[in-house]
Amino acid sequence: MSEEHDTNTNNLKAGSNLEKLLRKGEFVVTSELGPPRGASREAVEKKAELLKGYADAFNLTDCQTAMVRLSSIASGAILLNMGMEPVIQMTCRDRNRIAMQSDILGAAGLGMKNLLCLTGDHQCFGDHPDAKGVFDVDSIQLLDIVRQMRDEKKFQSGEELKTEPRLFIGAAANPFADPFNYRAIRLAKKVKAGADFIQTQIIYNVEKFEKWMSMVRDMGLHKKVFILAGVTPIRSLGMAKYMKKNVPGMDVPDEIIKRLEGAEKKKAEGINICLEVIEKVKKIEGVSGVHIMAVEWEEIVPEITKRAGLLPRPIP
Amino acid sequence: MIVAESKPFKEIYDLVKDFSKICVIGCGDCVTVCHTGGQKQVEELALKLRIAAKRDGRELEVREETVLRQCEQEYVEPVGNYVNDYDAVVSIACGVGVQTLAEKYTPVRVVPGLNTTFMGAPVEPGLFLERCAGCGDCVLDETGGFCPISRCSKSLLNGPCGGSMDGKCEVSEDVPCVWNQIYVQLDKQQKMHYMDDIRPPKKWSVSTGSSPRKLEIKHLQMEKE
Repeated sequence: MSEEHDTNTNNLKAGSNLEKLLRKGEFVVTSELGPPRGASREAVEKKAELLKGYADAFNLTDCQTAMVRLSSIASGAILLNMGMEPVIQMTCRDRNRIAMQSDILGAAGLGMKNLLCLTGDHQCFGDHPDAKGVFDVDSIQLLDIVRQMRDEKKFQSGEELKTEPRLFIGAAANPFADPFNYRAIRLAKKVKAGADFIQTQIIYNVEKFEKWMSMVRDMGLHKKVFILAGVTPIRSLGMAKYMKKNVPGMDVPDEIIKRLEGAEKKKAEGINICLEVIEKVKKIEGVSGVHIMAVEWEEIVPEITKRAGLLPRPIP
Repeated sequence: MIVAESKPFKEIYDLVKDFSKICVIGCGDCVTVCHTGGQKQVEELALKLRIAAKRDGRELEVREETVLRQCEQEYVEPVGNYVNDYDAVVSIACGVGVQTLAEKYTPVRVVPGLNTTFMGAPVEPGLFLERCAGCGDCVLDETGGFCPISRCSKSLLNGPCGGSMDGKCEVSEDVPCVWNQIYVQLDKQQKMHYMDDIRPPKKWSVSTGSSPRKLEIKHLQMEKE
């Protein structure tokens, strides 16, 4: 592996917009779209319209928090039709390695070029807590499988495959989970397994994120993988408290809660906090972009990107 | 040991509602240690069944028996002396014991009085915790003696997921994150390189849910004609 990011856009691994912009050294913006709990193409299109033009690629969540939703790949196909670039999310919770490799081929076959590999929230959090959690492979093994399919034209079994899926491979990282000192090592494992880019857990505790980034830099990982910092605008005090208490792996410092408590307009304060986080992470060496997850608040992404000075988005 | 818990009494009572003569058979092994399937629990269950039947104005004769190990053919031999005199057997052994009786005394009805839950250990009085998933491919040498298959809610092989906080699993405050425990242990053992290694996808083909497994020890087997 090279010591520096490969900036030669002739050496693209997948050729996605996201990859091209990152290799050019642009500060990228990705955003997220949560598919509906129903068979509504229109619902996907409506959310996509709100986001179009305000980010370089758009994550389609894969039954997030283990709630059944319209599938990530199907949503991605709808976005492709609208001229938008999807980032397919794939968790290890609901499929074994046969189904996953099949879906990887399917996604690539449909023209999707970015894939985010996740372990997945435990099924107990969703609406089908009695479901069998599959976890045939974990996220690190999944990264390795996708990389092997793309770069070695081989299935996990070692059998050869004919047309490789050209995918820009993503992974998540949570700097706020424990044990803290292991988190950069875990990132290194993901990079070694095949991650080309990282989208982090939502950042509210910037200080801790900076500490993690310095460990990441000490290991030289910021030069081997593109790191996009995760941000989410808080809509209400209730949401902040809920995330602090109930969302696995979230770190919402007390001062954020206090600020919202003291604010007259909670939404406006939530947006301000988000903008401040973006401003701070932009300055951290090794951060290549932001990933804006406006959960069920997609319509706010234009305002955030505008006020953060991230518009217009560049043409790859 | 195999850990099993009692089915709710109402469920057991409903299972035997069509019978007038039943035999409750316990086991002297694991489930005796669990206090769910030993001789004492046989007596208690038989008594409760008799009381419930009397309350409902039903005729119900209940015999009480306990065998030393219900999972072994030779230990259930004595059951043959009386089992055919009864309409059904309520076995309060693990699922292996239930099946040993059902196979040996076919077509006698054998119904389970326990839910077999896991392979585990008594860690303090009245508390049993899962310790082994019988996955058929042990990794405990690399994980400091803590099993990530049975003790990680996602059976992860490559370290703690993003839901590990303050040593707890994202699933519940009551569940320790085993990968946190492994991390601490390997640090003490100065074997942290095991945390860096990427473990490949597991061979689930030798685990439960693949196909029924067997163990053959050739020198103990009798020559087949």
